[in-house]
Amino acid sequence: MNLSTKRTSVRAAAALAVLLLGAAQAFALGGKEQAQAAPAGRPTPANPRVRLATTTSTENSGLLTYLLPFFTEDTGYTVDVVAVGTGAALKLGENADADVLLVHARAQEDAFMKAGHGATRRDVMYNDFIVVGPASDPAGLKGSADSAAAFAKLAAAQAQFVSRGDKSGTHVKELDIWKAAKIVPSGSWYKEAGQGMEQVIIMADGLQGYALADRGTWIAVKDKTSLAVCYEGDAGLFNPYGVITVNPAKNVAINAFGAKAFLEWLTSERGQGLIASYKLGGQTLFFPNYKP
Amino acid sequence: MDSIIGAFALLAGGEREVWWTVATSLRFSLWSTLLAVIPGVPLGAALFLGRFKGKRAAVAMVNAVMAVPTVVVGLFVYSFISRSGPLGGLGLLYAPGGVILGQAALAFPLVAAMSYTGLQKLDPRYNETLLTLGAGPWRRVLAIVREGRYVITQSVLAAFGRVTGEVGVSMMLGGNIRWYTRTMTTTIALDAGKGEFERALSLGIVLLSVALAINFLSHLAVRDAA
Repeated sequence: MNLSTKRTSVRAAAALAVLLLGAAQAFALGGKEQAQAAPAGRPTPANPRVRLATTTSTENSGLLTYLLPFFTEDTGYTVDVVAVGTGAALKLGENADADVLLVHARAQEDAFMKAGHGATRRDVMYNDFIVVGPASDPAGLKGSADSAAAFAKLAAAQAQFVSRGDKSGTHVKELDIWKAAKIVPSGSWYKEAGQGMEQVIIMADGLQGYALADRGTWIAVKDKTSLAVCYEGDAGLFNPYGVITVNPAKNVAINAFGAKAFLEWLTSERGQGLIASYKLGGQTLFFPNYKP
Repeated sequence: MDSIIGAFALLAGGEREVWWTVATSLRFSLWSTLLAVIPGVPLGAALFLGRFKGKRAAVAMVNAVMAVPTVVVGLFVYSFISRSGPLGGLGLLYAPGGVILGQAALAFPLVAAMSYTGLQKLDPRYNETLLTLGAGPWRRVLAIVREGRYVITQSVLAAFGRVTGEVGVSMMLGGNIRWYTRTMTTTIALDAGKGEFERALSLGIVLLSVALAINFLSHLAVRDAA
């Protein structure tokens, strides 16, 4: 191998890298600008990025993808959605790593406010939790007296059960139900997945097992599974969502104006109306319930 | 099989978001590789050339850091760039800068360790010759990097491959934000979780192509070094 060809390959690799970087940079930035391109007449806030930490259910159900373009249109703010469990979302708020939260675990939300991490909290909407499982319902959950009785049947049958296991709002609710049933779930039938709601439903489908799910995510994902709703309707399965602005005193970097704009828009007539109008397969996923 | 065909259709269809995600991934990994190479290659060369006490411990340290899982690197970097952390004022978390920094932290020990290991394949007399010619430390690092450019190219390519394929750091520090920090791997994680295997697979195919291209280039570098 002579010297000139040797040099060529390293130089070619370097040239290729520079070329790729240039192309990727141009394309990625181009895409970003397109996504943010503001039509005339839209407000232009000084700090246009708001960071929303939220549960996987609001993101996976498609609700935010539906709502946020309207919010951007009305206010000029772009929302960066970080979809994690409610527990993690509250923690991000506590660390000032999010500006506003949309979560569903009332007891933790109240503790968050009490500790001074939040500025304002408002009710936004609700739906309900359901127990999904194989269409044949082998553990016989249908017709249970309440959710605790249904869970007792699951434990008695040692039916495969996939738990979120991630301190999300759904996980907290699930643990409450086990507690009400006076059962400590353990054994090979009880699987703590540590995943988002959709992953857990997909896993339950793979295992032909049961899972507790929020109805919004279930409606969005059900066509990809062979599962069915096996238990629903208990008042204890009520699933309310709240929006919380993070206390701006925690950190100067918090976009307090953007957070407030989001909270107010979401609980405005327009925001509430849009939530009610979001349907999948003809079904409403979330019911607005803000009362001024 | 259907999903493989669907994946190709999706790529060929030129759906804007899919290609935007590919471009974003490449942008992040090229910048982070660059950021890792600047200190990584000189460190690898210094480890190779250096005659100092504790050298073996330093080499072992770099090798050990290379094995740290991506999520641990992510957690570590998170604690620095969180708004309540020491670098919080820079606003890197859940932004492209955070992903690039995290990936660079991931790639840096890899570049250093692989450069060091690769340089050992060079003729040992080379370093001695430089020493007897009276070259200073900086001259020697420069000369050895020049002489070992093929093995260094390999280590750079390996680092690029690692950051392109990792998901832990991108997810934890980027937050998988649409049109902002969503990369190929975080999209795959998201889509697979949603049961949208076609979309996940289409990006998987791009990742595979990137890996193949890197291997091919790496192979060329080895051939040229021989």
